Amino acid sequence: MKRRTILKLAAATALAGTMAFGGAQAADTIKIGASAPKTGPLAGGSTVTHWPNIKLWVEQVNARGGLQLKSGKAKLELVEYDDQTNPGEAIKNIQRMATQDKVDFIIAPYGTAFNLATAPIFDKYGYPQIAVSAISDQIPELTKRYPRLFFTLGTTTAFAQAVADILVQMKNDGKIGSKVAMVNVADAFGIELAAAARPIFKKAGLDVVYDKSYPLGTQDLSPIVKGAKASNPDSFVAWSYPPDTFGLTQQAIIQNLDVKAFYTAVATCFPAYGGKFGSKVNGNLGAGGINPDTPAMQAYAAAHKKITGKDADGWASATTYASLEILEQAIEGVGSADRDAVTDYIKNNTFKTVMGDVTFKNQNNDVFWTVGQWQNGKYYGVASTGRPGEKPVQLKSGWN
Amino acid sequence: MNGNELRNILLAAAGLGLAALLPLTGSGYLLSLGVTVAMYTVLATSWALFSGPTHYISLATGAFYGLGTYVVAVGIDTLPYPVLLLIAFVAGGVAAGLVGLATLRLSGVYFVIFTLGLAEMIRQLVTWVQNNWGSHRGLYVLTDITEEIIYWELLAAAALVYLVGWWINRSRLGFALRIIGNDEVVAAHCGINTARSKVLLFMVSGSVAALVGGLLAPRWTYIEPAIAFSAMLSFQVVIMALLGGASRLWGPLVGVIPFTLLWEVISGHFPNQTTLLLGVAFLLIVYVIPNGILGRLEQLYRAAREGAG
Repeated sequence: MKRRTILKLAAATALAGTMAFGGAQAADTIKIGASAPKTGPLAGGSTVTHWPNIKLWVEQVNARGGLQLKSGKAKLELVEYDDQTNPGEAIKNIQRMATQDKVDFIIAPYGTAFNLATAPIFDKYGYPQIAVSAISDQIPELTKRYPRLFFTLGTTTAFAQAVADILVQMKNDGKIGSKVAMVNVADAFGIELAAAARPIFKKAGLDVVYDKSYPLGTQDLSPIVKGAKASNPDSFVAWSYPPDTFGLTQQAIIQNLDVKAFYTAVATCFPAYGGKFGSKVNGNLGAGGINPDTPAMQAYAAAHKKITGKDADGWASATTYASLEILEQAIEGVGSADRDAVTDYIKNNTFKTVMGDVTFKNQNNDVFWTVGQWQNGKYYGVASTGRPGEKPVQLKSGWN
Repeated sequence: MNGNELRNILLAAAGLGLAALLPLTGSGYLLSLGVTVAMYTVLATSWALFSGPTHYISLATGAFYGLGTYVVAVGIDTLPYPVLLLIAFVAGGVAAGLVGLATLRLSGVYFVIFTLGLAEMIRQLVTWVQNNWGSHRGLYVLTDITEEIIYWELLAAAALVYLVGWWINRSRLGFALRIIGNDEVVAAHCGINTARSKVLLFMVSGSVAALVGGLLAPRWTYIEPAIAFSAMLSFQVVIMALLGGASRLWGPLVGVIPFTLLWEVISGHFPNQTTLLLGVAFLLIVYVIPNGILGRLEQLYRAAREGAG
């Protein structure tokens, strides 16, 4: 019985200890809330593109003394929660930050579903929500519904269209034929992209000779690549998620899938992708991009590496950071933590960010990178809806 | 109906009435906690309706829940919401019936493994259908249904589950299930159609889980398989029900509330160590209250009576 008592005591103390923790609030701070996955299926992505940028931004702002308000400088204080890749937790976290922690601003969550599930809460409490990792074809309807929700990364259709444009351009230049092998992961974003791509490819005069899907989490992707290879395509397009982006590339190398254009979607821009495959993936195309050669981007990449110890990816990382710069400039522009004024400021001003100038039209940034390519060990944006510095697309020549 | 039962029903009605006042506090945070508690109460209680008496551990809650979510997500643009809820309810029952017919002759660990695989199977089936015949716009559930409404709907569902559970306990079906739980061979020898009884109860449990999935769909807005079909949900329902105690109708409730609060305290204060601390909490629960909170309460109650007598 004694052992039991000790255990009970330990449990009680542990609980009491957790209750005692609470944030003390100083007068000249701005409280920033963040909720995103630290565990669960989406944690792999958010720990590459989402969390490191929040850390970087908070450290940088505080290192220069804080945000410049009318009342003087205000340092940032970060309140962070794990949503466990569970939308119910995400909703509760945003509620908690708005009503219990009483944070001044909340950083948008990670993932389309999570941004949309929490949008009503942001709206209810009057917080601006600058969504990054949220790609949708319903942006006009959603922004009308939620007047504080901003989109930055683009639309599903634009991503499919950009790939079609690149292939058609290469075809018209006589570099490749019209035969495309297309595969997709049978999960939300993969299904949406494939469904958007089919009519676009057809209209563009591309001939889809192979069209297959595979379930999310498929370990053995060799039959997919084998099937694609047997259809003798000129180009290969995969609307893929991180694990299968790596798996398909691996199989293409093993089976020597000889195509002039090889596209995989999400995670192609991850530093780990280039790190794993090295020069073999030279010429590989992927979703999203950046212009890594601008001074702003070079400074950002160096700071990211120095403060977080990791490399930024070639797409959403910099956009996430840009979303924080927008928030920062809007707060400083207003000069206080007045959320309605900050929201209006975001709607009506142009922001200088690491990605270049950003202006929201109807709460949507319609100037974004759509396709990137690994060229000599670096991931460059090769297509965008109006960003300067697009690199010319190169032909893929073998897996060496 | 005797005096005791009348008292219990009045108490339950008063409790539900009190719970229904929660949105009036005006705290959105309490409300979203309330939605979580209400959701798991309905799920865990309906789970215990079947698994409590029969001792069959089902990990299929997530499968039926996801099915309900998808019914609403697919039909929201064409059919009125209440009709979709009804379809979800029926679909959950039909799916549970089919699964029950095929598997409830299995017992023990075979049944557990099968139900665990079921969620994944239904998930793959749903994505396969969406992949081949679905729209490219994704599944958006854009409605004006607020969290308050969802909360009240869940309370109504809870009332329904308690009524059904109370009725089953009094019925021949409930009696048959208790015999099956104690010894299935004896039950069969008594002339009880064991398969039929088990399938019926499993259908009740499946219908309710699908209904809850449908009720929650408007809260997520954008439905994707990973959200609708979560294996975590199935496990949490089982853990909460067992923490409370599955032998009585109100057992799961006394598990859901402390579990949700504990989860809240841990995830709120230790966002970087949530999983670790939850693991420690599970260990402590198993060591300190192996028979569930209900078992503990009954033990204390008996001790108090003996002390008094």
